[in-house]
Amino acid sequence: MTYVRSTFRHPALPKNDLGYTVDYYEGSLSTLCAGCGHDSINAAIVEACWELNIEPHKVAKLSGIGCSSKSPAYFLSNSHGFNSVHGRMPSVATGANLANRDLIYFGVSGDGDTASIGMGQFVHVVRRNLNMVYLVMNNGCYGLTKGQDSATADAGSKSKAGSVNLFEAIDLASLAIELGATFVGQSFSGDKEQLIPLLKAAMKHKGFAMLNVISPCVTFNNNPGSTKSYDYVREHVEITGTMDFAPMMKEITASYEAGSINDLTMHDGSIIRLHKLAKDWDPFDPNSAMNAIHHAKRKGEILTGLLYMDQDSIELHEMLKTNEKPLNLLSKFQLCPGSETLAKINAGLR
Amino acid sequence: MNQETKINDFVIRFANVNGTGSASANALFTKAVFRMGVPVTPKNIFPSNIQGLPTWYEVRVSEKGHLGRREGVDLMIAVNPQSMKKDYADVASGGYFLYDSSKPLPPGYDRTDITHIGIPLMNLCNAEFTDARQRQLFKNIVYVGAIVALFKIELDVIEELIGQQFKGKEKLIEPNIKALKIGENWVLENFDVDNFDLRIERRDLLGDKILFSGNSACGLGAIYAGATVAAWYPITPSTSVVDAFAKYASKYRVDAETGNNNYAIVQAEDELAAIGMVMGASWNGARAFTATSGPGVSLMNEFLGLGYFAEVPTVLIDVQRTGPSTGMPTRTQQSDILLAAYASHGDTKHPLLFPASPKECFEMTAQAFDLTEQLQTPAIVMTDLDLGMNDHVTEPLAWDDTREYKRGKVLTGEQLDFIYKVSTNGNGSRGKLEDRSRENGSDSADAVLSEADAQPLGDQNLTQPLEQFKGKWGRYLDIDGDGIPYRTIPGTHSTRGAFVTRGSSRDEYAVYTEDADVYQRFVDRLARKWETAKELVPGPVFLSGPPASTGGQFGHSYSAIWPPPYGGGSDLGVIFFGTSTDAAIEALELLADEGILLDAMRPRAFPFGKAFRDFVDSHERIFVIEQNRDAQFRSLMMIELGVNADKLVSVLNYDGMPITADNIFRQIKDKIK
Ligand SMILES: Cc1ncc(C[n+]2csc(CCOP(=O)(O)OP(=O)(O)O)c2C)c(N)n1
Ligand code: SF4
Ligand SMILES: [Mg+2]
Repeated sequence: MTYVRSTFRHPALPKNDLGYTVDYYEGSLSTLCAGCGHDSINAAIVEACWELNIEPHKVAKLSGIGCSSKSPAYFLSNSHGFNSVHGRMPSVATGANLANRDLIYFGVSGDGDTASIGMGQFVHVVRRNLNMVYLVMNNGCYGLTKGQDSATADAGSKSKAGSVNLFEAIDLASLAIELGATFVGQSFSGDKEQLIPLLKAAMKHKGFAMLNVISPCVTFNNNPGSTKSYDYVREHVEITGTMDFAPMMKEITASYEAGSINDLTMHDGSIIRLHKLAKDWDPFDPNSAMNAIHHAKRKGEILTGLLYMDQDSIELHEMLKTNEKPLNLLSKFQLCPGSETLAKINAGLR
Repeated sequence: MNQETKINDFVIRFANVNGTGSASANALFTKAVFRMGVPVTPKNIFPSNIQGLPTWYEVRVSEKGHLGRREGVDLMIAVNPQSMKKDYADVASGGYFLYDSSKPLPPGYDRTDITHIGIPLMNLCNAEFTDARQRQLFKNIVYVGAIVALFKIELDVIEELIGQQFKGKEKLIEPNIKALKIGENWVLENFDVDNFDLRIERRDLLGDKILFSGNSACGLGAIYAGATVAAWYPITPSTSVVDAFAKYASKYRVDAETGNNNYAIVQAEDELAAIGMVMGASWNGARAFTATSGPGVSLMNEFLGLGYFAEVPTVLIDVQRTGPSTGMPTRTQQSDILLAAYASHGDTKHPLLFPASPKECFEMTAQAFDLTEQLQTPAIVMTDLDLGMNDHVTEPLAWDDTREYKRGKVLTGEQLDFIYKVSTNGNGSRGKLEDRSRENGSDSADAVLSEADAQPLGDQNLTQPLEQFKGKWGRYLDIDGDGIPYRTIPGTHSTRGAFVTRGSSRDEYAVYTEDADVYQRFVDRLARKWETAKELVPGPVFLSGPPASTGGQFGHSYSAIWPPPYGGGSDLGVIFFGTSTDAAIEALELLADEGILLDAMRPRAFPFGKAFRDFVDSHERIFVIEQNRDAQFRSLMMIELGVNADKLVSVLNYDGMPITADNIFRQIKDKIK
């Protein structure tokens, strides 16, 4: 894709509370195919961070390998990024997070990167409840290696070349809930209205926030036989409810019909307001979330929204009882026991 | 058997059943010899099994300080019926065979060249203890008691040791002492100990030396070096590195006020994840490490290549074991040399460190953290099972409190600002970095600066000319000409210094590129960095002067320059490293006794620098002693230095057992002819 982004900015672009306009949150020019779902998600990430008044340098972006994993270059150019090796982003994120608990860790992965080569690391980072956002740009195929089926491709779906996928799909959202993920959302790259508040809530969540976002690959998997094509998803999406997200101490101004509203308070006082559409929706109950996902799936539908959240989430640093102060800021005086102690250790070894 | 009494010079081997509590009893013996001021070295020869299979514990006692392995067993403590036949055969002529005589020896145990000492260990225990587990455990202490009597070990030394071993579990002291006495008394009553030709006599040969294992020393080295993140996956023989780190961390790294930990240890899901975590943490400015063995290194290859190409610090401790594949997991070898040196695809190489003692394990682990950050590339500490899991007599550990961690070229927020200001106001005196940025008011960037100022992130004392950036920092610009660029840590500055770290090709400003020239320039810079590495890694040491037969392990001094002050006149050289060192020095003495004098070099790191090259160039033939089949170190010399194959003569040992002095002696003698 070669096009030149206009450098012209409207002088009256709105500023957020930090005084930044939204372009401050953009990344370098995307090299993904025009119309790729991943780019829509990147745009939503830019928007969400701007709205959330995040300081970009307090974010670390991490990814594995794939078209999706190239994304960290395309948002937040003032954040450090680590485009690591295929399927191993969770481990890099774990180490980075252990080194400095004060940054926001934003991980981007693909369905190949997560559900195939990276399945082992994915499963374990969920278990550890690492404080991070883990976003899967799920297109049901391997974009970067030219469209092979991935493990999230639905059985029976047809690839562009016409071959039919024989194997059951791995459902990442229900797998994450099963593994004890403390925040699981599902969305569609084309639904900014839903995606942006979900992203904001995920970034505010203390613990592992997994977002499985269906993100059509226009080049290899946007054909009629695919269940991850734009048309299919638009026709089959079932929304659990619309939602707003308000950072701490802010009123949600829009008013909604009483009775359909459910406010979730995050650990820092932020509020997610869910407007329930689906009947019997309880985002705190993993069992009903699983049932709803399976139910939708049987109907060939994709359930989107905040599927599950654990408000009492205990993240990895709390489990390990690490210092409040980031480990990478500790000085020699806090780290090195010194020569006198060593003399005692020596004495104990004689 | 009457022969000359051997004082403080023999080999004793304990043949036990794995999982029967023999380890601590045997260690008691070793420690007692150590406390009597006599050089001693134990080797665990254990199976890959938790319970039931044969296990041996071989102790070399050497007044001369020869702490490598030597062939021949002078006393066999045979308490494992399973391995008895072989154990019996292994006793050297003139030696002793001590066995449990509760049942008579089967027929065939009728050697006349050795002395049999039958002690009814089981019967003695059964008479004294009722509990089955106790009978089992105390049987070990009973034979220790017997040895105490035979060797005339000072009783208070061993009693004190038992007291220390059971500190906090005082109830156990009394029955242990009782068991000890049972063994001792039985020997005194039934055996004329003056006829026993092996003797331990008190000496003062150890000074302030300590008895420590390499793995514990590595773990402690990581603590001293300021490592805060350890990620690992269990594998023999490396597990105890992280165990030691955890033990010392729980003691010295807990915040006194809050009780919170100034460290984090993660048992990862596999070695790929372990090294990924280390890289994530190191990238983010913490010191982090992992420890593994060959199979783990195989899995870590992809990440090691990323670390090399994306220039991410990583400390890896490879405690080598016998390969290939699962090989013999509980036996030793130096067989990961080539794997580690060139781990990963593409043109990739990594600095290696070769510690030869626990003291060097401590020092080199600490040094690895400096090297990896100075060079911004993975650094691998190459130890092995013998060094790692056995206790060794070693010099006391030392730490200089004025030592600063060398964090390498990491830019602070101020320095980033300085770089960019040079372009706007055209001048910049380095000395005034701090004042300059503070004068600048309170925009959000500077708010971050004062924070960064208080951090150990980044080296405030960088003296390099940051002006060379010409107003724009580039992650991979080589402004100093040493191949080492300047890095930034996430969160340092709000508008400067962010970039994407990646394993794909990129230019000096970290922008993705597939441009042929840019790529080549990049990898050529990495080659330049490799040259810098040669100067930063510890150089080889040379044995000063011809090895005299009186030297022994501690009798030699080393020189860091070639030629050393004395000697260095031979046409023949010898190279050894890591755990071949002790046996090699003893072999050199044996050769010297026969008039064969060799110049000796002990490399301590890869890549090889000038001194290494000089040594190679000044000898006609060089013996290369190493513990693998394929002469991997020799290959490394041929690849890296282009040394002629004929010049390098291999002395190899690869049966999984630590190399012996006798073996080296024989091979060199044969090859010299
Ligand atoms: C170890 C390894 N094996 C294979 C590859 C080749 N590879 C690159 S991207 C990719 C698949 C990516 O698929 P996905 O994660 O779904 O990302 P997408 O491109 O679809 O966004 C593969 C197999 C690789 N980079 N590394
Ligand atoms: S190949 Fe598919 S996933 Fe990759 S950039 Fe193009 S549209 Fe996106
Ligand atoms: Mg994909």
